[in-house]
Amino acid sequence: MNDALFTVLLAIVAGAIRVSTPFLFVSLGECLTEKSGRINLGLEGTLVFGAMTAYAISYHSGSPWVGVLAAGVAGSLFGAFHGFVCKLPRVNDVAIGIAMMLFGTGLAFFFGKPYIQPTAPRLPSVDLGFWSDVPQVKVALQINPLFFVGLVIAILLWWAFRNTRWGLIVRMTGDSSATARAMGYSVDLVRFLATTAGGFLAGVGGAFLSLYYPGSWNEGLSSGQGLMAVALVIFARWNPLACFAAAVLFGGAGAIGPALQSVGISQGYHFFNAAPYILTLLIMIASISPKRSLRGAPGELSLMK
Amino acid sequence: MTETARSPSLSAPSGLAEWLAGVRRSAEYVVIPLFALVVSAVLFSLFLLALGKSPQTFFELLWRGGFGTEFSWQNTLVRTAPLILTALCVAIPARLGLVVIGGEGALVLSGFMAAVVALPLLSWAPAFVVMPVMFLTAAVTGALWIGAVGALRHYRGINETIASLLMFYIAVSILNFFVEGALRDPSDPNKPSTAPIGADNMVGQIPGLGVHWGLVFGVAIAIGLHVLMTRTTFGFAARVTGGNVRAARAQGLPVGRLMVVSAMIAGACAGVAGYFEVAAILGKANGSLIAGYGFTGILVSFLARHNPLAIPPVAVLFGGLAAAGGLIQRRMGLPDATVLVLQGLIFVVLLVSETLYGRFRIFDPEARG
Repeated sequence: MNDALFTVLLAIVAGAIRVSTPFLFVSLGECLTEKSGRINLGLEGTLVFGAMTAYAISYHSGSPWVGVLAAGVAGSLFGAFHGFVCKLPRVNDVAIGIAMMLFGTGLAFFFGKPYIQPTAPRLPSVDLGFWSDVPQVKVALQINPLFFVGLVIAILLWWAFRNTRWGLIVRMTGDSSATARAMGYSVDLVRFLATTAGGFLAGVGGAFLSLYYPGSWNEGLSSGQGLMAVALVIFARWNPLACFAAAVLFGGAGAIGPALQSVGISQGYHFFNAAPYILTLLIMIASISPKRSLRGAPGELSLMK
Repeated sequence: MTETARSPSLSAPSGLAEWLAGVRRSAEYVVIPLFALVVSAVLFSLFLLALGKSPQTFFELLWRGGFGTEFSWQNTLVRTAPLILTALCVAIPARLGLVVIGGEGALVLSGFMAAVVALPLLSWAPAFVVMPVMFLTAAVTGALWIGAVGALRHYRGINETIASLLMFYIAVSILNFFVEGALRDPSDPNKPSTAPIGADNMVGQIPGLGVHWGLVFGVAIAIGLHVLMTRTTFGFAARVTGGNVRAARAQGLPVGRLMVVSAMIAGACAGVAGYFEVAAILGKANGSLIAGYGFTGILVSFLARHNPLAIPPVAVLFGGLAAAGGLIQRRMGLPDATVLVLQGLIFVVLLVSETLYGRFRIFDPEARG
């Protein structure tokens, strides 16, 4: 009995590390975009398109890292388009995000059709379990390098928001476009760059899905991770380090179902599949209040108005 | 002072000119979406050319598969019915400034609940009992589901777009949980489904049209909601709220209740769509309920500028697009996501075209030009 509990807990921890990476990248991208005062709901589509691009390029080039880079570039193109369109007058950034989500998903399914069957080279994993004799621990500690890359980016972003000129400009633009304009910075340009960089990160998050876990390209690959990231950023109060913690929490919630299944508990599998969505909704209910604005929330974010 | 106060009426054009100016201004809301459709078609043609496919063949097949024959018209209209209803699910909250995109979830869950509530009735109750019970169950389920989104938005300040989409995934999980578990019909080896509701309890077809009654309900509900939004105090209050929440509050309008009630009306529409999918098409609840009507409905509503009366014709357009999808796929060797790409493209171009409003003097002499 204790053994089973240990297996489940280990599987949840391992799953949290594994499943959290796409959440981490998308939420860091969204965090950067939102800090500049704009929201990009289209990151879900960017994630799916990034996954497809990464798989296709990895298949053709033979190198998964080229795939990751291609996914990032594709993602930044989506981000750049979103950034460009949103600065036009009367264009609603939330609605454009939904449209880009449908468009990106459609394009990914369209171009991804031939890649459902072939096998592309996958990303290698870093083996941190060498010290252990327990096979489950060994497996659990095979960690994807992108997880560490994400962690480094989270720390860098957190540091940059506080300590660099660029970070200050982004935050100022997000809080008050009038101030930024008065200081002589172009609000549109800052937001354009932040949205483009956010798209890059979301694309890389997609590359993780198809090149590491689950590690193949198919149309059901992302089930709203890109969208949950938006809620995750709110939960993390626009703090990159908290984004990391929240991503791991979400990953853990998503891993409950498969972990239980691994010890033969398949009852309620679909319920546990819904766990991340229910968790997201509950977190939003608990962390947002109509009475006061949130600490850390960019003042110009249309989502919070 | 009296001079300035009266001057507008003195210099105002006659009734006819006023009316013409009104027509000119309204023309903007027809011409710009049509222009967006044409631009989308051109961009999509370029996309096809880049892939070495013929745009001409594509649009010919689109016409033939959607509107060319009596059979294709039937196919189109069968898809039109749920699109009208899911588009209304977007349009009504949009009038209050809410972007609800989870109509698909309300459709799926309501269809499922309709099939479930029928189960204990099947052995003894006649159709005239089963059918209304199913219909009401679906409508109430949808109303509560999207109503919850409205309530969360008003009372907790939770963004309705994200909440409704999260709830779509939850609805799908609920369907799968029961359909693959406790409520699975063991006699159906193919696809996990609930037990069939029986031919007697199915909705029939409109005589001579080959399309089920859902279409009539859809159009009637669209007209009814148009009347509600334009001719009643509720509609007026809703439009004031959509225009300016602060002004509405200052006027003492019950903004919260308006949001929740309009979300409930919207959800009921999607619920009715779910009822007809189960009771007129599938005959049971299963994964086929997740057909994407809710998501196409978002596009239909935006193209119709959230106007209930404009929704049915736009829904016919997109019903035709969906109906022709299979034909295009087979004849041109394109993936089934082709229609999705075109829809996404139309949606993006349409939203970008919003920036054109008020820029043309043709429509309004006082425009910025």
